[in-house]
Amino acid sequence: MAERPRAAPRLAAELRDVWKEFVKGGRRVEAVRAIDFAVAPNEFAAILGPSGCGKSTLLNMVAGFDRPTRGQVWANGAPVEGPDPSRAVVFQEPALFPWYTVLDNITFGPKTRRVPPEVYRPRVDALLAQVGLEGFASHYPAELSGGMKQRVGIARVLVMEPEVLLMDEPFGSLDAQTRLVMQELLLDVWERRHQTVLFVTHDVEEALLLADSVSVMTARPGRIKKRITVELPRPRALDLTTSPLFNELKREVLALIREERLRAAAE
Amino acid sequence: MPRRGPWFALLPLALLLLWHAAVTRQWVAPGIIPAPAQVAASWSTWIVGPPGKSLSPYSGTWLANVLHSSRRVCEGFLIAAGVGIPLGLMIGWNRLASTLVDPSIQLLRPVPITAWLPFSIAVFGIYDAGALFLIGLGAFYPIVVNTTHGVRDTNLLLLRAARMLGAGETTILRKVVFPSALPSIFTGLRLGVGVAWTAVIVAEMIAVKSGLGYVLWDAYYVGRMDICVATMFSVGLLGFVSDRIILGAGHLFLRWRVLEAHG
Repeated sequence: MAERPRAAPRLAAELRDVWKEFVKGGRRVEAVRAIDFAVAPNEFAAILGPSGCGKSTLLNMVAGFDRPTRGQVWANGAPVEGPDPSRAVVFQEPALFPWYTVLDNITFGPKTRRVPPEVYRPRVDALLAQVGLEGFASHYPAELSGGMKQRVGIARVLVMEPEVLLMDEPFGSLDAQTRLVMQELLLDVWERRHQTVLFVTHDVEEALLLADSVSVMTARPGRIKKRITVELPRPRALDLTTSPLFNELKREVLALIREERLRAAAE
Repeated sequence: MPRRGPWFALLPLALLLLWHAAVTRQWVAPGIIPAPAQVAASWSTWIVGPPGKSLSPYSGTWLANVLHSSRRVCEGFLIAAGVGIPLGLMIGWNRLASTLVDPSIQLLRPVPITAWLPFSIAVFGIYDAGALFLIGLGAFYPIVVNTTHGVRDTNLLLLRAARMLGAGETTILRKVVFPSALPSIFTGLRLGVGVAWTAVIVAEMIAVKSGLGYVLWDAYYVGRMDICVATMFSVGLLGFVSDRIILGAGHLFLRWRVLEAHG
């Protein structure tokens, strides 16, 4: 009997030959060029690149905030037409609604989608506990620290149970200590859900610690220079960053970045 | 804010003293400006004096006139807010509405409210409607302009956040754009109520026969400068009180903003 042809696994996100140009101050700026990139279901994919390399542009196109000048962006087996709760975003700035309490910020999504309270309430309570915000439900964002705000930002998208979680340098504006705590929190969240994540960062250690794959981008116009598979055992914790394998990967990535910097300087 | 103590009273007392001295020492021609004490006496008769039977025709009529003016301000202001806020939301949010409506508003806005007086009397006659038209129009501009500005100032990141959480246009307008514009809207309301008091005095001086503006002009004609000055104080006081009311309502609705300011 002939083997039945298996359907290709549905990709969580896929960019096919994507180009993006902006017009800025009357000049055309090429943000990204000829990007081919895919995120598999349950993968934690990181994109690593210098500031201004177009990595946020790439994420914004997956989110549906921006459209490519050329090429196609797909998510969960359908072309991306616009923002959608199945592709939830955690921004660099917490982007919480300052006029809503922590609870109202987290329930914004479910209420908007008319999910009945008896369905989302238990989920919200579990999430508040998971991100360490019990007792802060009725606080306003202005009363929270930067790290706590970002936790609310994560909780309000996790409550939507998105198919892909898009994170745009989510810990970039936090202090070093808080950043470490948030990275552990995110590892913990990933262990529980194996949530598909597309994570944009310029922090090499952060990318290697969190992700299954790290794609290094070139300077503008951004292209994917190389995709590195991070075969570090899970569950991971912060002490992983001192292991020999981790440092080997870090050397490899840093060499790629140095090479790219030299190339960009030579141009 | 540092404790101010009683120092806030220093300048008003000094001005009052200067005024008193200017009249009693005849730095100004006698008989033109009444002394503070005289104004106070006339004001008090105007407020609590027995109506009708006194020598002064103003005796006991203060409250009635205050109520006339206040009612007109309230009505005109509510009309202005009722039209200005929704219109401002539309102009700020919708490009088509902006293209259709905004140029007309910007062209009409420089026409001073006083310049509308003859038009208002010609169209509405000397009835309340004319006063309401002037008050409403005057208060409308700052409300609509500030609302529009507040809407356009909405943080793009918050709009994106709402969209990725599944919000459609109506939800975004209600739950993101409106609350985000609310501080601006309250600024517009405060400016609007100030203009409303200006407009009610102008309208009552000429277009209707009651209220503080009418008293002001009437008292001037019969040479009762003491009543004129008392009216000025009355209007100032009412304007101040209505501003405080809106400010208080603002603090009530903008608790999150107070927290931000003190964060």
